[in-house]
Amino acid sequence: MTSAKTSSPPAAEPGLDPLALAGRTWNSRLIVGTGKYESYETMQQALDASGAEVVTVAVRRERLINKEGRSLLEFIDTDRYTILPNTAGCFSAEDAVRVARLGREILEQLNNPGAGWVKVEVLHDKKTLLPDPVGTIEATKELVADGFKVLAYTSDDPASAVKIKEAGATSVMPAGSPIGSGQGVLNRNNILLCLELLKEGDAAYPVIVDAGVGSASDVSVAMEIGADGVLLNTAIAHAKDPVMMAHAMRHACIAGRQSYLAGRIPKRLYATASSPWEGAISYIPGE
Amino acid sequence: MPEIRITVNGEPQEVEQGTTLAALIERLGLAGQPCAAEVNKALVPKRDHPSRELAEGDTVELVTLVGGG
Repeated sequence: MTSAKTSSPPAAEPGLDPLALAGRTWNSRLIVGTGKYESYETMQQALDASGAEVVTVAVRRERLINKEGRSLLEFIDTDRYTILPNTAGCFSAEDAVRVARLGREILEQLNNPGAGWVKVEVLHDKKTLLPDPVGTIEATKELVADGFKVLAYTSDDPASAVKIKEAGATSVMPAGSPIGSGQGVLNRNNILLCLELLKEGDAAYPVIVDAGVGSASDVSVAMEIGADGVLLNTAIAHAKDPVMMAHAMRHACIAGRQSYLAGRIPKRLYATASSPWEGAISYIPGE
Repeated sequence: MPEIRITVNGEPQEVEQGTTLAALIERLGLAGQPCAAEVNKALVPKRDHPSRELAEGDTVELVTLVGGG
């Protein structure tokens, strides 16, 4: 006899739909940075625990004196991870274009599929690290013309986000809050507007929340309001236990995506009981 | 051989006239490592390193990948 209580173990977990980005599909919607780790070993374990398939890197001068023996690339499996080079530290479109080309050159030498794309950052000032939208648009146009797929870091301003998409960006990546600030999604309304405007008539256009994440719940918030992915670095690298936090981020990203797809209940002012009133043996005020 | 003055990663350097970009990279111990090069703000692809002779006053940037977000 079968009983309604009997249930078979769940089939494949739902809501793990892949992310279509830059002509490929990715199983993980989390992109993680490789900066600010206490050691390369910790970074390596954290990258693994995060489940990320894409990791960001920066382009910097070779140290000609006092060279440290070990380099980042010894600790990143370039067959496993697609490297997304950034133009961090650039304050003009001209410099961002130079850095993007240098990054591509290195990734071509490594035969890494990341050679075709770049995370464009054109910053306004060192204190806020907020983007210069005009420079970002200029750099995006020039790099797209040069064959790059551009993922553009920007603020949560919906109007600049749209202009950057129009400049040819493959993905617009609004910041939840300033880089490394750990404040999460400060203006949910603006991120929602970015999502709405960028996806208008183009639902598959990928929008990634980049920067500002402080904890796992911040990732879930970004994902459950409809972001296609989240990019973060400091929240893992500077956590007390980076590897544990990387696990948390992986779960938070999946949870947020599933919550988005499942469809949340509307918010209400008053309570709605989960247990039935009918049949209650207690005295109920007002009845 | 006469020497020429160039700038490499912001530091002044003197190299023999006729030194190629590939020879400079070799001399600095960076050959065989992932490294991209720019001369006077223009990328020089790796295949052109052996033929690219450096000139007096050239500004060279040699870069690699480091941790970043």
